[in-house]
Amino acid sequence: MTTAVAAAGVGTATRAGVEVRLENLQRRYAGVTALDGLSLTMAPGELVALLGPSGCGKTTALRLVAGLEQADSGRIVVAGEDVTGQPTSKRDVGMVFQAYSLFPHMTAWQNVAFGLQMRKVSPDQRRKRAGEMLELVGLSGFADRFAHQLSGGQQQRVALARALAIRPKVLLLDEPLSALDAKVRARLRDEIRRVQLEVGITTLFVTHDQEEALAIADRVGVMRAGRLEQLGPPTTIYSRPATPFVAEFVGLTNRLPGVVRGGEVEVRGTRLPLVQPDAADGPAVALVRPEAVTFASDGETAAGPLVGTVIATAFLGATSRVTVDLGDITILAQLPTSEASAHPAGTRVRLALRPDAVLIARDEAAPDRA
Amino acid sequence: MSRNRRLKLQVFRVVVFLVFGAFFLVPIGAMFEFSTRGNGDAPRTLVAWQTIFQTPDLVAAILASLVLAVITSVAMLLLLVPTMIWVRLRLPRLNRVVEFLCLLPLTIPAIVLVAGLAPEYRWLSINISESIFTLAFVYLVLVLPYTYRTLHTGLAAIDVKTLSEAARSLGAGWPTVMGRIIVPNMWSALLNACLLSVAVVLGEFTIANLLNYENLQVAIFLVGKANAGVSIAVAVASLTFAFFLLVILSFFGRSRARVARLEDVAQGLVVGQRA
Repeated sequence: MTTAVAAAGVGTATRAGVEVRLENLQRRYAGVTALDGLSLTMAPGELVALLGPSGCGKTTALRLVAGLEQADSGRIVVAGEDVTGQPTSKRDVGMVFQAYSLFPHMTAWQNVAFGLQMRKVSPDQRRKRAGEMLELVGLSGFADRFAHQLSGGQQQRVALARALAIRPKVLLLDEPLSALDAKVRARLRDEIRRVQLEVGITTLFVTHDQEEALAIADRVGVMRAGRLEQLGPPTTIYSRPATPFVAEFVGLTNRLPGVVRGGEVEVRGTRLPLVQPDAADGPAVALVRPEAVTFASDGETAAGPLVGTVIATAFLGATSRVTVDLGDITILAQLPTSEASAHPAGTRVRLALRPDAVLIARDEAAPDRA
Repeated sequence: MSRNRRLKLQVFRVVVFLVFGAFFLVPIGAMFEFSTRGNGDAPRTLVAWQTIFQTPDLVAAILASLVLAVITSVAMLLLLVPTMIWVRLRLPRLNRVVEFLCLLPLTIPAIVLVAGLAPEYRWLSINISESIFTLAFVYLVLVLPYTYRTLHTGLAAIDVKTLSEAARSLGAGWPTVMGRIIVPNMWSALLNACLLSVAVVLGEFTIANLLNYENLQVAIFLVGKANAGVSIAVAVASLTFAFFLLVILSFFGRSRARVARLEDVAQGLVVGQRA
């Protein structure tokens, strides 16, 4: 499915990516703030994923860019042009929706050609372009099928081809994978990224799935209550979260009580470096990733602050997630499955904390559970 | 399902079909028999049927009712379809209000409706026209409860919001969204609504009679006073007409479904790997 791209003549379809700027966007619904001064600049050809829980404003941001809703204030600038007040039909955006959105009475080919028809492209050009786009998404042989004759994944690929066929300036993806099963989702996610890179189009991808966002995006913007909590490359978002919210939303995190002292935090007898170097001394909650928790190699399990009992193991494939009861708290450790399976439930273990920089949540009382 | 059970179900279906078929066809057959009866011991005759075409008032009433049915159906579609789509997309909080307004005529007896409308029609006949086609206004109100429900069901069957947003993002304006995206996906509901409109208009007697217009039912009533055979012949003809409309509609809906199913089967045979 992925080999037909070069032959599809994507080069003719390519339009250099453009810069997209969202400037201080505000949007309120009946007293509820959906967007609270959102600002974001997307470089030409960049794929930015907006990630966040339900109601954080990520879909609202995307709909404002599409023109499906209007901002209360702020500007949207695409390729240097202020498009804030423009209707959707004039915006030059391609969009793939969360719900299946193929027009049911049209074939895949007719769906892809629809936008071109709206732009008064000649029938010959429409046929050629729609064929190229279907080939780009690996569905050349499905041109005459109706939506109900396609699987969910195929429908979303046709929707992607349809969105790209009009050579939009911006591609907007509104949780396009959320209705698909896990295996199809992973394949289509890679497919979307491949096509986006081939076409070189600036893309805004909205999702609540952190794994999806980290896997596909050049940069990830984590949103909370209508604001960008952090914007950065996936590795930075994961390993250097700017706030406790980001740390906890992106990946699992252990919340371990500790004490900050001299630019480090002491957690159960282990001193760990801090992400926030200017943190004031005093009690704090350290946010420690399960991957930073390992089994100690010396095997000493008599006593100690990190000695506990394995109470559960979740098999994840190459790795397993082990839950260890330390008496006053439980802690999650993500370990190679071979190592985890050597310590079944009931086994006494001693843990060690890898000295990765950790984030502390100063403003919260230390919880007693991980 | 076991073969025995399938057979029983099939027998049940046939029995139900025959019983209901008899329920509808026996009275129509009896009416037809009556309309072809000769005087006294005279043999069967089609005189009553031939008389239909020799009675100018009756032909005019039939034509007027047919034209009224067309006008009412078109006006109903032009009024309801865009309104319901717009309310669904832009003003969902008005959904209840529109539903209430559309269902309201169902609760008002025709006589009350006429009492309220009589002054309006007096004004209409003096200032604009006294044509029978002005009945289309009141017929439009009369068909609202039936057609609203049908169209509502048709709209509920498609994701209007997503489809319209997808079309708009591809450059379509609102007229295109409605005409090329929404309407083609609710053909069946539109046809059903039209059929109901036609049935209501062709069967309406009270309002036309009280407002002194001579539509099909009024004409049948008047002719029936002089010649029962002719009035029964017209009634049979109008029932047959409505019946054929229903059959055509049912055939249309079924043939679309069958085409889709056949395509499914054909495609299924050559389906390659799916994403």
